[in-house]
Amino acid sequence: MKRPITLNVNGAARTVEVEPRALLADVLRDELDLTGTHIGCDTSQCGACTVHLDGRAVKSCTVLAVQAEGRAITTIEGLTPHGGLHPLQQAFWEKHGLQCGFCTPGMIMTAADLLARNAKPSESEIRHALEGNLCRCTGYQNIVAAIQFAAGAR
Amino acid sequence: MATLFGSGIKRREDPRLITGKATYTDDVKLPRMLYAVVLRSTYAHATLKKVDVAKAKKAPGVIAVYTGADVKDKLNTVPCAWNVPNCDLKVPPHPPLATDKVRYVGDGIAIVVAESRAAARDALDLIDVDYDALDAVVDPEKATQKGAPQLHKEVPNNVAFTWKVAGGDVAKAFAEAPVTVEQRILQNRLLPTAMEPRAACATYNSGTGQLTCWVTSQNPHIHRFLLSVMTKLPEHRIRVIAPEVGGGFGSKIPCYADEALVSFASMELGRPVKWTEDRSENYKVTTHGRDHVEYVAMCGTKDGKITGLRTRVYAGLGGYASTAAPGIPTIMHGLMLSGPYAIPNIDGTVYGVYTTTTPVDAYRGAGRPEATFLLERMIDLYARKIGMDPVEVRRKNLIPKDKFPYTVATGITYDSGNYQGALDKALSLVDYKKFRAEQAKARKEGRYLGIGVTTYCEICGLGPSQVAGAVGFGGGLYDSALVRVYPTGVVRAYIGAKPHGQGEETTFAQIVADEFGLPVENVEVVAGDTETTPQGWGTYGSRTTAVCGSAVKIAAQRVKEKAKKIAAHLLEASEADLEWKDGKFMVKGSPDKGKSFAELALMANVAWNMPPGVEPGLEATAFFDPSNFVYPFGTHICTVEVDAETGETKILRYVAVDDCGPQINPMIVDGQVHGGVIQGLGEALQELAVYDEDGQLLTGTMMDYAVPRASQMPRVETAHTVTPSPVNPLGVKGVGETGTIASVPTLVNAVCDALAPLGVTHIDKPLTPARVWAAIQQARGGKQ
Repeated sequence: MKRPITLNVNGAARTVEVEPRALLADVLRDELDLTGTHIGCDTSQCGACTVHLDGRAVKSCTVLAVQAEGRAITTIEGLTPHGGLHPLQQAFWEKHGLQCGFCTPGMIMTAADLLARNAKPSESEIRHALEGNLCRCTGYQNIVAAIQFAAGAR
Repeated sequence: MATLFGSGIKRREDPRLITGKATYTDDVKLPRMLYAVVLRSTYAHATLKKVDVAKAKKAPGVIAVYTGADVKDKLNTVPCAWNVPNCDLKVPPHPPLATDKVRYVGDGIAIVVAESRAAARDALDLIDVDYDALDAVVDPEKATQKGAPQLHKEVPNNVAFTWKVAGGDVAKAFAEAPVTVEQRILQNRLLPTAMEPRAACATYNSGTGQLTCWVTSQNPHIHRFLLSVMTKLPEHRIRVIAPEVGGGFGSKIPCYADEALVSFASMELGRPVKWTEDRSENYKVTTHGRDHVEYVAMCGTKDGKITGLRTRVYAGLGGYASTAAPGIPTIMHGLMLSGPYAIPNIDGTVYGVYTTTTPVDAYRGAGRPEATFLLERMIDLYARKIGMDPVEVRRKNLIPKDKFPYTVATGITYDSGNYQGALDKALSLVDYKKFRAEQAKARKEGRYLGIGVTTYCEICGLGPSQVAGAVGFGGGLYDSALVRVYPTGVVRAYIGAKPHGQGEETTFAQIVADEFGLPVENVEVVAGDTETTPQGWGTYGSRTTAVCGSAVKIAAQRVKEKAKKIAAHLLEASEADLEWKDGKFMVKGSPDKGKSFAELALMANVAWNMPPGVEPGLEATAFFDPSNFVYPFGTHICTVEVDAETGETKILRYVAVDDCGPQINPMIVDGQVHGGVIQGLGEALQELAVYDEDGQLLTGTMMDYAVPRASQMPRVETAHTVTPSPVNPLGVKGVGETGTIASVPTLVNAVCDALAPLGVTHIDKPLTPARVWAAIQQARGGKQ
């Protein structure tokens, strides 16, 4: 049975009718057309669906939409509310931190969470922070370089 | 004017990808769209007695349910499109949904179409399937043995083909050689794991008779062709769009039943239908890679000259022959058995074998990693047996740089190479002698350091088309570009290939911008839509830059030739008196008389004053078919320390020296090497698709299949040498697969080298700590 919930997504209140079992990732994509959040697995391994929930990175495939009711969600589309590129987006571009781009939104959201907690992470801290985000294209090297670049630019 | 060719500029495709504004297939949402899910067999091998969909049809939100019986007269079977000749290839029918039998866990049985994904999934549980279980067989060697379960009645002993390659006289070589080494080698089955799962979204308009299908495809024109075969719709009424594609690694080359099923459903229901696999479905259904059991023997002299190589390979094909499957262990593997070495006598036999497993097809490197691995592994075993440094054995057998073009014993001709140059560069980067000294010192301290050195070459840049035809490939291997100049002097290049992460929207724009003297921002590269792009053959086999990039170059040159005619006319000069300088055609000796590219673009497009006999417009199409394949090469070196107590391998350094000819964008080249090396290290260290004896995939999710993570993998140090290819106008080779080709034996050889003092000669990959530890125990004579 569907029920209405209101989510604060990228700074705007959005009311949607969802089944209690609906995952936040599916609701963002299918109901709110925020398709920058990707789904790459069904076991919370890949991290492509990472968004921020009240400022912390979460895998939106592991959150029920109803759990997010009344909470603030930021997706890749809302990373820079005033337009332009976020320093991490710029850094991924500068450092060739992406190839096919599918994992990229999740990577950037995870990296943003990391840098919010640790402004100058070491390479090993960055690699550890990316444990829950899989990339099959880059071998991670330029993702790490991008995050270091963004950290250096702050 | 500085050229863009050779410049590591930022990628043109990135802004949409980093902001979440790209459109992947599952992002496509159409009015009145329905969602499809496929019921998959839970048995590896069974007779289908009954499929009862009555309850599912009545479930809330369900629009239709189709079974094998419903589609068998409406859809053709799933084709195999690489019919390798002279090997008695048997391709039994592959129904889009099973009718009488299932042949792997994941084989499609029914498709449910509903108003939402959730409704379709719920209804799936209401389908009753009555199976009569049959025995499974997952090992390709065992599947050929007497008494093994038979998958297809028309394929005795499950042997789909027996393919042979031979050059020289191997029997004589082995009879006369003083030294022989033999090894059984397993090429672990892998799950390609493109981060974007496969998806297809079809919409059929019965008024126009037109089908549009969005597909996660590396080769939309091949998909259009094969979708036409499967749906029986004429090809000119099918539009295939591969929008953003989130990685492929070979697994998005094949045509699958799924895109035909959603097309069929849309035709039946008159509404758009979308299907997207989830990851566990991807692991069960989307093609796998490798899966060889190999028996290899190498012979040579006591002083390191290799005289013969003999292989017998059982290549698992899975339950059916996937699109390119027969070509992978034969043409792409067997013909590359000489590697970069002058081996005079080679004899290879490959059995393609059906097993009750997911179909196996191309996976990054596709055949060449397997050939390179067995060769490099055997050379290290041989070197150890004769007590010679493995680098010296390689050096002694490498094809000398002055011998190109060089025809190897398997019959193919390498275009160009300087193998010693790459080897020397890599050795100096790691300081090989110094490492050997450190290793000797460490051994005295009871520490196990090892070094692996791989000298490789590979075949890529697939064409030429004539060869494609001769080896049974069901298509051409040329590629194409349409370069269109707009009135305002900006340019679009529509290409036949379909990059999906490799960056050709940037590198091809660099080619065009250089040709016309434009800023790269003025050039857009468009790929993936069969409605707008000329016939091409897709992105795989590291062919896009060498083949399609050459077409881009030639099309741009044709545009420029026409622009020159117009310039000559407008300047009232002869073409011979014009020179191209700083983005303008200038009259030689008259620095004030010239026409810029933008002016010529406008004049060509408005056509107010064209030269006699010259048509309006400024665009050209080129189809480039290379005269040969290209053969990139290089040397990779890895140093490791192995903990003999735990079996853990620590990578100390990884150095990759690759020669892919001139580089259009070195940043992108390095990115390809990084990704390929790490993917190969995954194969070498941790990736393994595991089936149990009943044919159940035990590594069915990302919890169980060990895709490399950032914290597990090293940095890769890259360097290059540059040896142009003579077979295309850019001189370029390819670099998309070198990483997975070179890194696997490099790592395994390093570990075996580290453990040499313990008597370990070989460990089957992946070299998990458990396997390494067990090998150490075995070598020490203890029980595991």
